[in-house]
Amino acid sequence: MGQIIFAVVLTAGLGFFAWNVRKVRSNILLGRDVDRSDNKKERWKTMILVAFGQQKMFTRPIPALLHFAIYAAFVITQIELIEIFIDGVSGEHRIFRSSLGGFYTFMISFIEILSVAALIATFIFLARRNLLKIPRFNMKEMNGWPKMDGNMILFMEIILVTCIFTMNGTDEMLYSMGASHAESLGDGSMNLTISSLIAEPLFGGMSESSLHTLERIGWWGHIIMVFAFLNYLPYSKHFHIVLAFPNTYYSNLEKKGRFTNMESVTNEVKLMMDPTADPFAAPPEGAPEPQRFGAKDVTDLTWKNLLDSYTCTECGRCTSACPANMTGKLLSPRKIMMDTRDRLVEVGENKRKHGAEHDDGKSLLGDYITEEELWACTSCNACVQECPVNIDPLSIIVDLRRYLVMEESKVPTELTGMLTNIENNGAPWQFSPTDRLNWANEE
Amino acid sequence: MSLVVPTMAEMMAKGEAPEYLFWVGCSGSFDDRAKKITKALVKILNETKVNFAVLGTEESCTGDPAKRAGNEFTFQMQAMMNIQVLDGYEVKKVVTACPHCFNTLKNEYPELGGEYDVIHHTQLIQELINQGKLTLKGGDTFKGKKITFHDPCYLGRANDVYEAPRALIEKLDAELVEMKRCKTNGLCCGAGGAQMFKEAEKGNKEINVERTEEALETSADIIATGCPFCNTMMTDGVKNFNKEDSVEVLDVAELIANAAEL
Repeated sequence: MGQIIFAVVLTAGLGFFAWNVRKVRSNILLGRDVDRSDNKKERWKTMILVAFGQQKMFTRPIPALLHFAIYAAFVITQIELIEIFIDGVSGEHRIFRSSLGGFYTFMISFIEILSVAALIATFIFLARRNLLKIPRFNMKEMNGWPKMDGNMILFMEIILVTCIFTMNGTDEMLYSMGASHAESLGDGSMNLTISSLIAEPLFGGMSESSLHTLERIGWWGHIIMVFAFLNYLPYSKHFHIVLAFPNTYYSNLEKKGRFTNMESVTNEVKLMMDPTADPFAAPPEGAPEPQRFGAKDVTDLTWKNLLDSYTCTECGRCTSACPANMTGKLLSPRKIMMDTRDRLVEVGENKRKHGAEHDDGKSLLGDYITEEELWACTSCNACVQECPVNIDPLSIIVDLRRYLVMEESKVPTELTGMLTNIENNGAPWQFSPTDRLNWANEE
Repeated sequence: MSLVVPTMAEMMAKGEAPEYLFWVGCSGSFDDRAKKITKALVKILNETKVNFAVLGTEESCTGDPAKRAGNEFTFQMQAMMNIQVLDGYEVKKVVTACPHCFNTLKNEYPELGGEYDVIHHTQLIQELINQGKLTLKGGDTFKGKKITFHDPCYLGRANDVYEAPRALIEKLDAELVEMKRCKTNGLCCGAGGAQMFKEAEKGNKEINVERTEEALETSADIIATGCPFCNTMMTDGVKNFNKEDSVEVLDVAELIANAAEL
């Protein structure tokens, strides 16, 4: 019976996750293409350092250590999950214990110690979010769901770890009573570092049947939490635990100061500068439909921008380093990423419900991100530098500016003057180009 | 001592080609404060007999502020015209005292066909000193002074140049003090991304005031920069705190020219 229920939970859990992942993938692929297939060696290196090694987290050592505890526990626990899956399907109990012996005890004990570290980190994280009121967790864009999302993950983590220790602690107790379903290796304890300590004080004196029940509650609770968590990911900021890897792999490897070149503009400028070109010539047969200049909506952004938005875990390091934000301007790079994701989910849903051509009359620019936010950016790259998973909010800001300026001619008045000056006299200020070398003869 | 500033056109007429094109930039050409930086750099180039020339009236805005403001048309028009001029003179190496010009020429011109070896003036000066071409005779000009370096975003984060300007300051007989936010964490002066040419959006503080406050906290006597925009912003910031009599804002080229008694 247990095996059948497990098989159902397993299939449903993985199936629903796969279905959601496909949805996310198709949403991301709504973006324009950008080539990130070059330089594979450098890309792997970036991924290993930044995602796997969490290199950029360590610029802030305290949260980095706490985060690392949860991360390490999470990664290592995956090994134990293999056993739980096999046990669940086969109906065995701790199938690897007798064959692995001492190594098994070591691995499970290692996981237990990491779980305790993760639990401590989780409580500190809850305190940082809710009691200490760290500013970046309490900004406007965090109100409502984002704040709850952050806390929910932490509560799930607590339940998960509680289940692990209920499962292991009761099993330890049962083992010492000679009643565990785990194969007896002729010793009085399974020697799990933490569980052997907590078994007696927490579960001592309980009847064998209550212990067995509790053990099953722990086991099932744990695996159900794992599936719940897995399926919560695609709806949550917590998807970063998966997407951090592809996102860092596809990082922008160019210098941060280099903004993308707009090839469609290059073609037009070349035509303008070519005296032999016929300005009224019809475009060649089969030429692609001209694209919109810059970005008005998420579908005008690149798939990497959209992958960025799903990868963002809303930590707010970008915003806390943003010069515009810290001086009270409306711009928050984190909000740019959150808006992009929210709008992308909306566009994706619309397309699935009403067909690919559906237009809901809304757009990222205007309905989510305002012009005031965009014009506050100094393009200083602090947000890009700060992001622990190499998200680039600046490229979205620039693409939205491009749309405003080139498609709608919506430019702050002073900038219109600057642009006119460049066009008329080759400098952002109104000076005559013939005076350019005057400095050489001035005292 | 009068400056020797040959133009590319003059050089070409004589059948010569300089090693470096000195890209002066719009600030360096027209802004009264930035012109002093331009002259300080020329003094260094003259002293070290670097074979250089400027474009003079043939130079035009790189298009940086247009690109940052989202006007790719204006940017590319500027870029293509400049590339025609640069390629006409067969320019190979470019040095500039403006990180915005530096970034644009170095990173954004290649895709439009303009491939040059571009360096920032602090990198060239460092090279000249390392080669023994420039000695800082007036070693005690800055004796006992504290100098802090403000990282221009388009030199630092944008292009990973953090050490050259610091190496130069360390050659002075002065103490280099770092601000809380420096190098990769450096705080913007507020002028990048075309902000130089507009009022800031509504907020509760000016970015240059925030940054200057941080610079003043180091109790530095001199705020050094390597960017004409940063220079303007930090100078305004110092005035905001009425500290212009006790705190100077100087470009690294000016520090070196002073120490070399040029």
